[in-house]
Amino acid sequence: MQIFAFYLFASIVIASGAFCIFARNPVHSVLWLILAFFNAAGLMLLVGAEFIAALLVIVYVGAVAVLFLFVVMMLDIDFAELRAGFMKNLPLGLLLALVLLAEIIFGIGAWSAGGMGEATAVVGPPAGGPSNIEALGTLLYTKYVFIFEAAGLVLLVAMVGAIVLTNRKRGGVRIQNIQEQVARRPQDATRNEQPEVGKGVEL
Amino acid sequence: MTEYLQSTFLGPEIGWLVATLALILLIALPLMLAVAMIIYVDRKIIAAVALRRGPNVVGPFGLLQSFADGLKVFLQETIIPSGANKGLFLLAPIITFTVALLAWAVIPFSEEMVLANINIGVLYILAISSLGVYGVVISGWASNSKYPFFSAMRAAAQMISYEVSIGFILISVVLFAGTFNLNEIIKAQEGHIFGFVNAYGVNPLLFPMAVMFLISSMAETARAPFDLTEAESELVAGYQTEYSSMSFALFWLGEYANILLMCALNVILFWGGWLPPVDWEPLYAVPGIIWLFLKMFMIFFIFSWAWATVPRYRYDQLMRLGWKVFLPISIFWVFLVSGYVMIDKFGWPL
Repeated sequence: MQIFAFYLFASIVIASGAFCIFARNPVHSVLWLILAFFNAAGLMLLVGAEFIAALLVIVYVGAVAVLFLFVVMMLDIDFAELRAGFMKNLPLGLLLALVLLAEIIFGIGAWSAGGMGEATAVVGPPAGGPSNIEALGTLLYTKYVFIFEAAGLVLLVAMVGAIVLTNRKRGGVRIQNIQEQVARRPQDATRNEQPEVGKGVEL
Repeated sequence: MTEYLQSTFLGPEIGWLVATLALILLIALPLMLAVAMIIYVDRKIIAAVALRRGPNVVGPFGLLQSFADGLKVFLQETIIPSGANKGLFLLAPIITFTVALLAWAVIPFSEEMVLANINIGVLYILAISSLGVYGVVISGWASNSKYPFFSAMRAAAQMISYEVSIGFILISVVLFAGTFNLNEIIKAQEGHIFGFVNAYGVNPLLFPMAVMFLISSMAETARAPFDLTEAESELVAGYQTEYSSMSFALFWLGEYANILLMCALNVILFWGGWLPPVDWEPLYAVPGIIWLFLKMFMIFFIFSWAWATVPRYRYDQLMRLGWKVFLPISIFWVFLVSGYVMIDKFGWPL
């Protein structure tokens, strides 16, 4: 059963990764990417890292990819222009692909040379011990607390930076003051007048 | 049931598969029935608020109205707009419907009646509910039409905004209960207040969270007063505009299944789930599933009541409520709750 699930998830990840690259429509690409994320989460579940799987779905599928989709859908895409850039960037792309391939080959070589046996043998949390979340939390908030907080600070700086870069004063914006709007009463906004025939109302 | 099937000729693996499939059907089919009935209840409540009679022709008291509607929709023709992206157009309602059913796998109906009693139930719910937006966004884009597209944009922004504060609210409940397992969260609520009331919602520290969660779940399911994605005066029917027949019905079913799920979550996190409202021995004689359904019905009544009473939010008001009101309050409340839990567990630090 596990073998079957593994091959199912793995083949879907690889296939949707390929479709993500080959799809002509960028929106289709993003959707294939989402499918790849989702099945990668399934693979994480199989190795017993259920917390990582949940994080993958919540963070990548639920938030990052939605924003991707949001942006890609709004774009006005010129397909001819997209293809024109293909030949120009081909050498760079091939170089990157070579580097990645070399890394994978090195990785497999180092792994099959041995020495990492203990690291690969452990699958999932030990039975009866603390669950993944507890173990991760204990480590993050005791041993690695400073690194963890530093990572948080880096994210905070990135967020402040993004806000500073995009926040600009715009003229001619009508700001809605909602407290004022909610506090408005009929007697402040309307009045009841009964003008005589032929005479208008002063507004 | 799983053990029984595994012990028969099916063997452990196929037996497990058959048992799980049967249990899934055991949840999904009654859920569809519940959705049909809750649509009827919804229409009756809104009618009562508007001093109308509501559906009262098909069957006794109009009870079969939803089934008549379902049959009508089933017999209609599926129309696919010629400009639409055909595959995605048909995929979108399926995604909405499937995702709405997925989350029910971890909902505990009583102490033993839960399909997947996993130890990250809360995270699973959060993950699945964050997928719900895809059906709407894909349908809006694939329809290749202006109104559905506007609706999809609104839906994406709205659901992401409210998910943030929902996450913080869930965290505060998890801190209080000390577990991510939904069944354990319910058990932790037993006799929570003076050893008598079985609900986190009555705790003064969690009551604001309960209220915010209720409002956020309305926004998350795009129920009125937050139904900007299908505001009929602006967007015809929103992302459903181009849909007809069963594809339309799947959106409808998925939407109400999601609303029921949110009612169940409200009950499980804050109002004691399948526990009786107070910790009094005779009340435990009533099966837990009945308490759960009663409480879910109460929450659903509030949903309908709000629909019938409150006018629709303007878009900027919706965003302001999510980001400027709920988010700061919920972050501050997580801070308060974690402080309280620390003092409760480890004593005053000085």
